[in-house]
Amino acid sequence: MTTLAASSPRNISSAIYTHDILAERPWSYVLKHGQTLRIVDSEGQQAVDALLYCLADPTERYSAQDTLRTQGSAYVDLGTRLVSNKGRVMAHITADSCGRHDTSAGCCSCESNAVRFGEATKYQHACRENFILELSKYGMTKRDIVANLNFFMNVPIDPDGKFTVVDGISTPGNYVDITMDLDVIFVISNCPQVNNPCNGFNPTPIRVLIWDQDRF
Amino acid sequence: MTSLETKREVAEANRRRYEELRAAGQEATPKALPSATALGAAPILENAVISREEIPADWYAIVRLRRGEALRIADPSGRSSVSVIGWRDEDTSERINCADTVKVQWSAAVSKGRVILSDMGRVLFSVIEDTSGAHDILVGGSTPAAYGAASRNTQENFIAGAAKVGLGVRDIPPCVTFFAPVSLDENGCFVWNQGRKQPGDFVDLRAEMNAILVLSNCAHPLDPARPSAAQPVVLVRHRIPQAAADDPCRTGSPEAMRAFQFTDRLYA
Repeated sequence: MTTLAASSPRNISSAIYTHDILAERPWSYVLKHGQTLRIVDSEGQQAVDALLYCLADPTERYSAQDTLRTQGSAYVDLGTRLVSNKGRVMAHITADSCGRHDTSAGCCSCESNAVRFGEATKYQHACRENFILELSKYGMTKRDIVANLNFFMNVPIDPDGKFTVVDGISTPGNYVDITMDLDVIFVISNCPQVNNPCNGFNPTPIRVLIWDQDRF
Repeated sequence: MTSLETKREVAEANRRRYEELRAAGQEATPKALPSATALGAAPILENAVISREEIPADWYAIVRLRRGEALRIADPSGRSSVSVIGWRDEDTSERINCADTVKVQWSAAVSKGRVILSDMGRVLFSVIEDTSGAHDILVGGSTPAAYGAASRNTQENFIAGAAKVGLGVRDIPPCVTFFAPVSLDENGCFVWNQGRKQPGDFVDLRAEMNAILVLSNCAHPLDPARPSAAQPVVLVRHRIPQAAADDPCRTGSPEAMRAFQFTDRLYA
């Protein structure tokens, strides 16, 4: 039985894997059903873009719209089930010391930066560059990049539709635990964006840890 | 000056620019948006019509639109919702991007005067007429779970439609659904506003690039009607002038102006 808690029962010394992802860099890992991935916002206010693909058939992948429809609400937090484009639960949030994550704002790209912030920002590193490179290791391409999760990213949507990326509420050491319900390829881009407040205008490293099923 | 001070100054300058863009995007731009089209207004000249098509309830249609063309989607009954995805004809790796559309325009409210962006920072289509202003870009279309596995649904319609233009599951992005009055309450929960649907609602989508669209006429998953309320909808593909320099969709915001500029370069 998986418990849900703002504070995770998992002990750092029991983790089977620990890795620091440098600022602005991608990472990926094949996670087995039952394993838990923790993402730690080591220095605070750092957005972490994430995509999930089914290992057995990567055409089944995380779907932001299916996740929000299933949940009936717009934000990702404790207990949120991450749903695939085929309606299956791929993973769910089992601990969350931050309390607010996004899945509507997508990832930054050179092309969208140029539209949002002017053409001078086109040649700045972006999450989509990270995703393209990381997905290429699995034979996937830009076609496979779907609307992603943004852990630790604060994007309130007003009743009238007003949509704003605002300062993150995560503080140094805040974390989110994601427990897998299927075998998945978990892909992360540690967001390089410096043109909006999602990273406090200063991208920083994050840490990932992995636990085997029921080994806390 | 130390590099730390320089870094801090750059960060402060970026924050100032962001706040200026936010103020423009959330205060100035919405005030300048054109008002909704009146029901029955904006008739299409008969000699501009290229083709008409009716999509039966629960079915889908594939429409190729060239630059210089627009598609009217009309809901005579006021009971249907139409989910739309699309790609650039010349390179289908470029496709509708709902996340960029809401992020770039600082709003999840699709209405007359707004644009729908591709993932490449260009405009796929503009909303040039719209009687409704009540559409969904966050929740997506119906699935087999909505009305039982035996019913047609948008998820499967998109797979079938994409297959008929040589594309597959990998090419199906999040969709926008017209005549789907979804809003959020104070807690972020989705709300269906039935009162914002009316018989005769229509939107005109002007192609800003050569595009392939798949349109699914299935009830929106939040529509409470059981069985499905979907009725036939009407598509009218017609010729229309390209966006002029003073076009309200183009001039609506600095972001839209840049997206149009980047789109025009494709066809320069």
